[in-house]
Amino acid sequence: MPLLCCPGMSRSKITTDLTILVIDENAIRGSIIEEGLNEAGHLNVRVIHEMQGVARLIETMDPDVIIIDIENPNRDMMEHMFQLTRMISRPIAMFVDRSDTAAIEAAVDAGVSAYVVDGLKKERIKPILDMAVSRFNAFSRLQRELAEARSALEERKVIERAKGILMKMRGMSEEQAYALLRQTAMNEKKKLADIAQSVVTAAGMLL
Amino acid sequence: MSDRVSTQSGDSAVKAPSRVRGKEQRLLRAGYIPLMDAAILIVAAEFGFAEKEGLRLELVRDVTWANLRDRLAFRQFDIAHMLSPMPVASMLGLGSNPSPTITPFSLGRGGNAITLSARIFERMKSLTGLADDAGALANAKALAALLADMRARGEAMPTLGMTYPFSSHNYEFRYWLAAGGINPDRDVKLVVVPPPLTSDALSAGAIDGFCVGAPWNMIASERGTGRIVAAKQDIWPLAPEKVLGMRPEWAETNADTVSRLIVALDRAARWCDDAQNHNELAEILSAPDYIAAPTSIIRSVLSGEFSLDAQGTTRVVPDYFLYHGKAANYPRPDQASWIYSQMIRWGQTDFSEEGMARVRSAFRPDLYESALGANAATPDEPGERSASGYDGFMDGEIFDPRDVQAHAEHFAVRSTSSGDDVTEA
Repeated sequence: MPLLCCPGMSRSKITTDLTILVIDENAIRGSIIEEGLNEAGHLNVRVIHEMQGVARLIETMDPDVIIIDIENPNRDMMEHMFQLTRMISRPIAMFVDRSDTAAIEAAVDAGVSAYVVDGLKKERIKPILDMAVSRFNAFSRLQRELAEARSALEERKVIERAKGILMKMRGMSEEQAYALLRQTAMNEKKKLADIAQSVVTAAGMLL
Repeated sequence: MSDRVSTQSGDSAVKAPSRVRGKEQRLLRAGYIPLMDAAILIVAAEFGFAEKEGLRLELVRDVTWANLRDRLAFRQFDIAHMLSPMPVASMLGLGSNPSPTITPFSLGRGGNAITLSARIFERMKSLTGLADDAGALANAKALAALLADMRARGEAMPTLGMTYPFSSHNYEFRYWLAAGGINPDRDVKLVVVPPPLTSDALSAGAIDGFCVGAPWNMIASERGTGRIVAAKQDIWPLAPEKVLGMRPEWAETNADTVSRLIVALDRAARWCDDAQNHNELAEILSAPDYIAAPTSIIRSVLSGEFSLDAQGTTRVVPDYFLYHGKAANYPRPDQASWIYSQMIRWGQTDFSEEGMARVRSAFRPDLYESALGANAATPDEPGERSASGYDGFMDGEIFDPRDVQAHAEHFAVRSTSSGDDVTEA
């Protein structure tokens, strides 16, 4: 990515294309956001994954918008940098328009935080943040689905093992073993997988 | 929001809260950073002190002060564990998201310390003959001598870590450095390092020292990578630390809830200070959900037993950490004034009478006193304050809250408003 502005010169903010810096320790999510911004016509996007040299980068790049994930432990470092150098003209956290609480809530829920150069119009910033929010959400949905798929697989495995134990120890058929597990789960108001897990654990201690 | 509280297990089931006016919020979301001084909030939530007042505290662990500030401002949190300079900065419009914030309750006294790398400390000793049990000022002067020596050899200046531009750590580190004759903006490089990473950053050589809250100094010294050279008590025993922050308009519409909250926190703070409870307290604080540090270190912090280094040099700092004693919870507007004086001293803002009024409005002893009535622990200040002002500073200074501007400007080492530094001989 070429340098987008001349160091030392104050870039005019009237240009249509905004310069956007994305700081995300998660490389995959970072590139998903970059792609989304590019698709929306923003080509001056730079994604970095670590903080080393970030001060110099911000100085040369002079971004209009900085998007950073809320879990990033380096946000306090950014605050210090803005305080020290005043290299970005008055960056403000999150949104130009504080009254837009719905948008702010959506962003914080999604885990997005952003710094925006003061004075930029809300209409210009909002689509960018909306984009970041939807991509963050899409990414966490993906992660959640993956985690759910994994745990479903784990649950199936443990139920299979519990069935096997019951079949062996109590001479039950597979259907009977499953019915006993399900009945016990219902009686104890617990998840089937939890009952299965306790059978497996108990068997481990008894055998 | 629900007015219902879940009943406690056991015999002392909580009765329905007494009749209250209006529909005030009873379920409070509280943001916190995993540090020793989040304890009052944790204990209030975990040991039923909040429930007893008809409140429920939902604690949310966060990673950065900037997040706490923003999530409080954007109403994701109702209350937040904050650095005492944060409400002051917010009232002055400083920082990248200044939203009015007040505090009716301070979360404790003490806890900070300054640690230098063992390597730097060894060099200070061999250069100046510094004693192992030297005091904070002697240590600062020895560092100044070492810095001069390093400059003469053409070595790079050390990098020192603190936590946030508007933090007690920033002002205390600067105070200690400047008292030794070191200009923190010119002679060293101050950077921000998240507290849980300080010890690792020191081991890795990324930083040469840091000022941070408990228990992170002790973790570095027990590992042998760091040497504690000053405690908060050495710099100024009354220096403000963490506070409970809230939005003023929220406090106004939930006045009864705020009052109940202060009562719950007051009880929790007294419980935390009682040495009989320290094992239990250390146990819960060390849990992975909270501070995630060794119980033994948290226990040492609570008793003020300092391992200064890994060779077994120890020091007991009386009242190193106070949750309630010595009016630790009383939000003193004079402390806000002191923070203002240091902000001016280091060029973060300028003095004005209007600024002075805003700064003092951030600390609300009126809310503290009206909630606790006769139980309010108000400051009685023998040894902390004389007719001419507060004393006990490591450099023998006296802070007169009636003359903040003169105090800020008379220091030999300070920043000038133009951003350049001046150091008088």
